[in-house]
Amino acid sequence: MEEVKLMKGNEAVAEAAIRAGVDAYFGYPITPQSEVIEYLMAEEPHKRTGMVVLQAESELAAINMVYGAAACGKKVMTSSSSPGFSLKQEGISYMAGAELPCVIVDVVRGGPGLGTIQPSQADYFQVVKGGGHGDYNLIVLAPATVQEMADFIELAFKLAFKYRNPAVILSDGVIGQMMEKVVLPPQKERLYDEEVDKLYGSWATTGKKNGRERNIITSLELVPERQEAHNHHLQAKYKKITENEIRFETFNCEDADYLLVAYGSSARICQKTIQLARAKGIKVGLLRPITLWPYPSEAINKLADRVKGILTVEMSAGQMVEDVRLAVNGKVKTEHYGRFGGMVHSPDEVLDALETKIIGGQ
Amino acid sequence: MAENILTPEEIIKTGELVFKKTKLMTDANLSYCPGCGHGVAHRITMEVIEELGLEEQTIGIAPVGCSVLAYEFMNIDMQEAAHGRAPALATGIKRVYPNKTVFTYQGDGDLAAIGTAETIHACNRGENITIIFINNGIYGMTGGQMAPTTLPGMHSSTSPYGRDVHTMGYPLKITELIAMLPGTSYVTRQAVHKPGLVRKAKKAIKKAFELQMENKGTSFVEIVSNCNSGWKMTPVESNEWLDKNMLDYYPLGDLKG
Repeated sequence: MEEVKLMKGNEAVAEAAIRAGVDAYFGYPITPQSEVIEYLMAEEPHKRTGMVVLQAESELAAINMVYGAAACGKKVMTSSSSPGFSLKQEGISYMAGAELPCVIVDVVRGGPGLGTIQPSQADYFQVVKGGGHGDYNLIVLAPATVQEMADFIELAFKLAFKYRNPAVILSDGVIGQMMEKVVLPPQKERLYDEEVDKLYGSWATTGKKNGRERNIITSLELVPERQEAHNHHLQAKYKKITENEIRFETFNCEDADYLLVAYGSSARICQKTIQLARAKGIKVGLLRPITLWPYPSEAINKLADRVKGILTVEMSAGQMVEDVRLAVNGKVKTEHYGRFGGMVHSPDEVLDALETKIIGGQ
Repeated sequence: MAENILTPEEIIKTGELVFKKTKLMTDANLSYCPGCGHGVAHRITMEVIEELGLEEQTIGIAPVGCSVLAYEFMNIDMQEAAHGRAPALATGIKRVYPNKTVFTYQGDGDLAAIGTAETIHACNRGENITIIFINNGIYGMTGGQMAPTTLPGMHSSTSPYGRDVHTMGYPLKITELIAMLPGTSYVTRQAVHKPGLVRKAKKAIKKAFELQMENKGTSFVEIVSNCNSGWKMTPVESNEWLDKNMLDYYPLGDLKG
């Protein structure tokens, strides 16, 4: 029988991590995602599955603990919110360079700086476009429900290990804090050390056993020709991910004259906007990217052939809109709307923006 | 004449063998300057791991600094950390593999400047790891800049008129600080510029790894070393200078355990 619970998004992340057979969580408290580590500490997962939970002295330490354990082939994760994610960027760049699988949850709050503890989607640039140094990409999943907060843990790990790359669940303060019904996944067993060795012993530092060559996990290559070759290898991997892992969903796009593009909680708000618009006779559809990288550019480009205008809705001053414009490539008018700095737009405000910026502005 | 040249087999006769390079050091050319103490510190660390039979269960962590390429020379599983973060990596490894042996090998800039927080907190949690800390009072790899451990009045490229403690702060006695933490089992300061001291340092490293195997908490071995290039001295001069100046500020011996 399926197990259903009413949970906060942050709690769903924590419970799903235990059930996914995660080996270790390293984190540092920050609002609005502290419930992740609080739930884990209270739940004592070492008794349930043997999972390790450790409160680190900083975000820097937490992400580097993730580095160490991930380099051993273990299933490891951390979570944070925007200012903490900024601190993790160093470690994330190193992990991308060293090709280490891990999952990082970002429950975004308003910035810049200490900003606010209220919800925001202004981390798009720093998560999707890098933020750390060097040419690299992170696999980025954007949940829009508490259910997806739970479901994306296993998906993120699956993709992270498939491609040996860090994966991020880019959430926001709305989804992290709100309570919804969640169907919990069944408990998965953690892997035994022998299984880890068998699966990842070709690269992971598990101890140089049985006369195998030593494994080295590094992002350093001082010979520029070799570093260039390593970068080519990474780019080829990113191309493969782009070819295979784009995820998105559409609502009411079949007959739409206008298109909204939104992810996460903004996508939820836009679904209500569609109802309000259609009640007024305005045919609006929604494309919700589920992966923010790789990005559903082709799907947006195709829809741009059929609609009269596109409004990108995000709780930021306009970040994802750059990717939408690149995808649209000038075919139709594409504008941005969003409250930001911790404010959440209402469905009415989105409809007003659609009418003034797109419909009235043609 | 060619026929008079002895072959290695003729020179090395097992019965006369008095020294053999540990198999846990690779054949790669060391990237260290001739005269530098790193080579000796590497060798005795790896000899200890071999002697304790830990080859198949040890994971080492290289820092950023002169020993950034330690993983090229140490013939075991190794990870390369970001600058200063080695104790955090070690924590991550040891927490998921409590039965494996984990050590970091770090210089003074890595451990006592940019990585101070990671070092102190790993030691304070009593992580069951071993930290080998090479203190030569200077940033060697980047070209001889001032380190947290540079002595008062000592010249470097960023203290060209000598370290002025009023504006640049005092040399950090981080080992003394670490010895105060209840999480540490063994804290010692050693050196490798004289044969007798090398033997003592090796004994200390061995004790540090043994304590880790007994789950006693963090074991910490500082090795006061030279940097003849950074100090702008010949190797012999640098060893004499170390003996005369460094050891007054950083006295050798066990601080704890």
